[in-house]
Amino acid sequence: MAAYRVTPAWLRVIRAVKHASLHSRCCVLLSRAEYSTAYDYNEKTFDKILIANRGEIACRVMKTCKLMGIKTVAVHSDVDSSAVHVKMADEAVCVGPAPTSKSYLNMDAIMDAVRRTGAQAVHPGYGFLSENKEFARRLAAEGVTFIGPDTDAIQAMGDKIESKLIAKAANVNTIPGFDGVVKDAEEAVKISNQIGYPVMIKASAGGGGKGMRISWNDDETREGFRFSSQEAASSFGDDRLLIEKYIDNPRHIEIQVLADKHGNALWLNERECSIQRRNQKVVEEAPSTFLDPETRRAMGEQAVSLAKAVKYSSAGTVEFLVDSTKNFYFLEMNTRLQVEHPITECITGLDLVQQMIHVAKGYPLKHKQEDVPINGWAIESRVYAEDPYKSFGLPSIGRLSQYQEPVNLPNVRVDSGIEEGSDISIYYDPMISKLVTYGKTRAEALKKMENALDNYVIRGVTHNIPLLREIIVHPRFISGDISTNFLPEVYPEGFKGHPLTAPERRELLATAAALSVAAQLRSQKFLGDLRVSNTQQERRSWELCVELDKGAHMLGVTRSGSAYTVEVDGEKLEVCGDWNLASALLNVTVNGTHRTLQCLSRSAAGDISLQYLGTTFKLRVVSKLAAALSKHMPEKVPEDTSSILRSPMPGTVVAVSVKPGDTVAGGQEICVIEAMKMQNSMTAARTAKVKSVHCKAGETVGEGDLLVELE
Amino acid sequence: MAMAALTAVRCSRGLLNGFKVSFQTLTQAKNGTAAAIRSDLLRHSRCYSVAHLSVQERIEKKRSAALVGGGQMRIDAQHKRGKLTARERVELLLDKDSFVEYDMFVEHRCSDFGMEADNNKYPGDSVVTGQGRINGRLVYVFSQDFTVFGGSLSGAHAQKICKVMDQAMMVGAPVIGLNDSGGARIQEGVESLAGYADIFLRNVMASGVVPQISLIMGPCAGGAVYSPALTDFTFMVKDTSYLFITGPDVVKSVTNEDVTQEELGGAKTHTAVSGVAHKAFENDIDALLNLREFFNFLPLSNKDASPVMECHDPSDRLVPGLDTVVPSETTKAYDMLDIIQATVDEREFFEIMPNYAKNIVVGFARMNGRTVGIVGNQPKVASGCLDINSSVKGARFVRFCDAFNIPIITFVDVPGFLPGTSQEYGGIIRHGAKLLFAFAEATVPKITIITRKAYGGAYDVMSSKHLRGDVNYAWPSAEVAVMGAKGAVQIIFRGKANQAEAEAEYVEKFANPFPAAVRGFVDDIIQPSTTRKRICRDLEVLASKKQSNPWKKHANIPL
Repeated sequence: MAAYRVTPAWLRVIRAVKHASLHSRCCVLLSRAEYSTAYDYNEKTFDKILIANRGEIACRVMKTCKLMGIKTVAVHSDVDSSAVHVKMADEAVCVGPAPTSKSYLNMDAIMDAVRRTGAQAVHPGYGFLSENKEFARRLAAEGVTFIGPDTDAIQAMGDKIESKLIAKAANVNTIPGFDGVVKDAEEAVKISNQIGYPVMIKASAGGGGKGMRISWNDDETREGFRFSSQEAASSFGDDRLLIEKYIDNPRHIEIQVLADKHGNALWLNERECSIQRRNQKVVEEAPSTFLDPETRRAMGEQAVSLAKAVKYSSAGTVEFLVDSTKNFYFLEMNTRLQVEHPITECITGLDLVQQMIHVAKGYPLKHKQEDVPINGWAIESRVYAEDPYKSFGLPSIGRLSQYQEPVNLPNVRVDSGIEEGSDISIYYDPMISKLVTYGKTRAEALKKMENALDNYVIRGVTHNIPLLREIIVHPRFISGDISTNFLPEVYPEGFKGHPLTAPERRELLATAAALSVAAQLRSQKFLGDLRVSNTQQERRSWELCVELDKGAHMLGVTRSGSAYTVEVDGEKLEVCGDWNLASALLNVTVNGTHRTLQCLSRSAAGDISLQYLGTTFKLRVVSKLAAALSKHMPEKVPEDTSSILRSPMPGTVVAVSVKPGDTVAGGQEICVIEAMKMQNSMTAARTAKVKSVHCKAGETVGEGDLLVELE
Repeated sequence: MAMAALTAVRCSRGLLNGFKVSFQTLTQAKNGTAAAIRSDLLRHSRCYSVAHLSVQERIEKKRSAALVGGGQMRIDAQHKRGKLTARERVELLLDKDSFVEYDMFVEHRCSDFGMEADNNKYPGDSVVTGQGRINGRLVYVFSQDFTVFGGSLSGAHAQKICKVMDQAMMVGAPVIGLNDSGGARIQEGVESLAGYADIFLRNVMASGVVPQISLIMGPCAGGAVYSPALTDFTFMVKDTSYLFITGPDVVKSVTNEDVTQEELGGAKTHTAVSGVAHKAFENDIDALLNLREFFNFLPLSNKDASPVMECHDPSDRLVPGLDTVVPSETTKAYDMLDIIQATVDEREFFEIMPNYAKNIVVGFARMNGRTVGIVGNQPKVASGCLDINSSVKGARFVRFCDAFNIPIITFVDVPGFLPGTSQEYGGIIRHGAKLLFAFAEATVPKITIITRKAYGGAYDVMSSKHLRGDVNYAWPSAEVAVMGAKGAVQIIFRGKANQAEAEAEYVEKFANPFPAAVRGFVDDIIQPSTTRKRICRDLEVLASKKQSNPWKKHANIPL
């Protein structure tokens, strides 16, 4: 009689397999193997982990948990009750209403969820409670493992003033500045003058660019002090600020560290995060084109010595500013998993979440510093629901009416926590996903990124793919000549979309014309028996007028099968495609070059919106006759926008500084709108008297809502 | 005497073409010099000898005169107003080179007020008529020509319109009217009125036989408005079209109201306030191109099935977004258009009356290529309740679909009829009954999806099983009940201390699809993401549905 003993390890494998299949069914963040470390199923680990977060990072953590055979618990606000991270988890607990302070920051409710579900450990993700020492302490008090560093390390590094002192003591290069709490605006001005402009005013408790302002003079310091303390108060509940020397034109390069509870620490190479807007990262890559092995090692070793100085365990990030001569200064240490951790996983082959769990359970690191490789190159684009044409990205909200990730492409990883039908709301971060591509070389990774962005279908919200697509093909970016001022330097007038070259323009015009003819031909295809016969002469050639940016082009189109020959400005272009008019993606070959476009809309009156090279172009394709008659159509008078102020984004009105009858100067603040925890000052376009005010503090406003009318 | 003779000749010019020439010669001979007589005689005699050429010339002359309507000056004036000419409009509306014109040689027959003068006669008069093709399919068209007497309606004008309508009825093809007319031809008096009535009668006779569409592209005032009002769909062009019984001047003199043309009868008024027009377009070109697209949804007549077009959108496509579209809180609004667009082919939905009675959404779409009519309560507006305007809007749309064999798909999320004195005084009972009547009498395939609330009498009305719904589905979020939990508990447990507990019990019992499902009032509770797939499959089965109502002269819908 054969007796099979089922070992605990086997049980775990079985569970993992079960989870994996469940996972592939319900989750949208599937991607190809991005980390190769095989998990040791014999290692005893937690049975159940609660993930105190939402969105993509919650899904990301659960993914590894499932691979490790660990049960997962999601927490969620009431509006998130059908969110992806909730569906993905084995259990889910509602921890309060939509505002983060009442749900994802609600420690009592989350502690309660931990108790109710019997979770043995909590992974905090990033943001929310991830760097909250109080939370870590409360968990520890109840014997629940916090998957992150010890309370002391969080406290030491979470306070920018203290962290700087510790860094100095650990022989880490630091930036000159004021190491203390600034009391009021006037003191801020005094200190700024001592350090010398420009200075950076930032929240002591802050991170992620929130509560951060750069100041070049006394007035800006006063204003910056006010904004930063307000933002700091609303984001972190702590309005303490500090001031330091602002390093102009720096690169933002950070070192990923990984440490255990046994005094071992590793540096997992760098991430270049210089492409930022308003101090928030947009495109990241690993490794950096800028670092030589010596600098890399020097930075890595300083990072590790800092980690050791605070007895750090778990994954953490030491951020540095690097100037043009490769001097580097300690900026801050993030005692959590970073948003951009996937690119490090891609080049090192390590699963950072798995490492965090491994370390949290008390195991020593299995790797030595020399085991940490740099394999190939990885790029991450943060895909946001925001309008890149407004200050490189103002939040947008809406329902993802159509959503399709380019995960079918090779070497593409998409970390997201949303799916078709999800709502991007004003309550949370507007990030849609992190799109990661990797390749043997940087060029290969970039090429894959281009393709992935073209194949990414996002409808229903405004998104920043036009900007991402432009950044990664910009010559300066390709050559690695970047700094944190990249965006304002490259687009001093603001981002305006892809500037078409003459051949690109022809390509676009030809594709629009061919698409229009294909649609026209299909609209004549009536099926079934017809009582009155259709008369349709086989038409083979068309004369069309295509308008783009106020320029009109007469195009001749001839068809043979699914191939169209389009004559644009005397040049013949061959456009081939399958012309599936229901597909979100339009794959065409124009004179042999393959292009993926997206047709965003097509109207009966000939208006076509095409996403081409990332940017959306509005074209109008009409017959020659309609074009000729168009000149008789009356011009519609657009609204005069200089005398009205509309909300550029959805959000909450924090303050209204004017009332009807007031006279405002051009540039004077009229009201402040807070969206996604960022405060935005709305100013008057010209000097005028206020006619009427249509908003009041505390109100929520939608994009385009009328705020104030001027006379 | 000579003048009288001339008039007589003119009046019967059509018959007496050959004679007219000689008479004219005679007349001119009396007044002219001898030399003139000789040369004239010479010319005319030569022409006379090859008479067919002369006729040919005159045909050409008439044709070219007809083609310019009221002449270049008036065409320029028309363009200046931002409007196209009658012929340009026809050309844009129809497939290239498909227009076959009728009655190019018809002229008005008025002899009063100097109308008989040669320069007051325009071949074709003030309307262009004929037939042509839209995407290959037959359509009859008339296009009023504002450049000729302001597009006013003469007896001849009406006769031309009646001719195409009669033929459209015989053949079984839709009629599209492009209206741009100042009104009756006052010089013709009662003949013009008779003309209107002739058209009205044909509008009524054609109603439900062939689709009739009116596109108002200029003024349309007085009695003239009743022809568009009798047709199935009235579209307007923004800023350049007006519909009213009496203009601002008369309004001022009668009621002392100051009102502009635009406010009184512009596109905005009729698409948002009065509900007279079904949709408005930006300009002539936009309107005509949209009309082409709209036309593709319609069958040619009541003898034809709902048209099926080539479709690239898979009929078994799952729509994951629908699983999360209905918010978890029952009081929270969502956009019914999100559901409709996600369900239909290629997200293409031609909404009818998008700006009027927005608490109900109606319009055309396709499912697996086949035209369907969509009716949906709109929770985003007034919680999607039924009121007077939405009932009438829905009823008319449902009746159109039923008349022309277009399957009806109904998305239900209705909290009930809107209460209040204004509704009761306005006759919500009578008007609400129209929607009920329309759904009940409809014999086309009827598929109903209850997405959330289906409360009270409004549940019955919205294409319920009891009104012969063929397939009725409920989503898991559906609540089919007499009313919401709160109201129900207040009645059932009046005076009971623990209302909250009672409410919870009610919710558990009734605020779900089971009470309806166990009784077979819904055929299945389906996963929202499978909705498209299910509807497409059902429509295939129901394509051969045969159902008829008892014989009657006509039903008596509560008007």
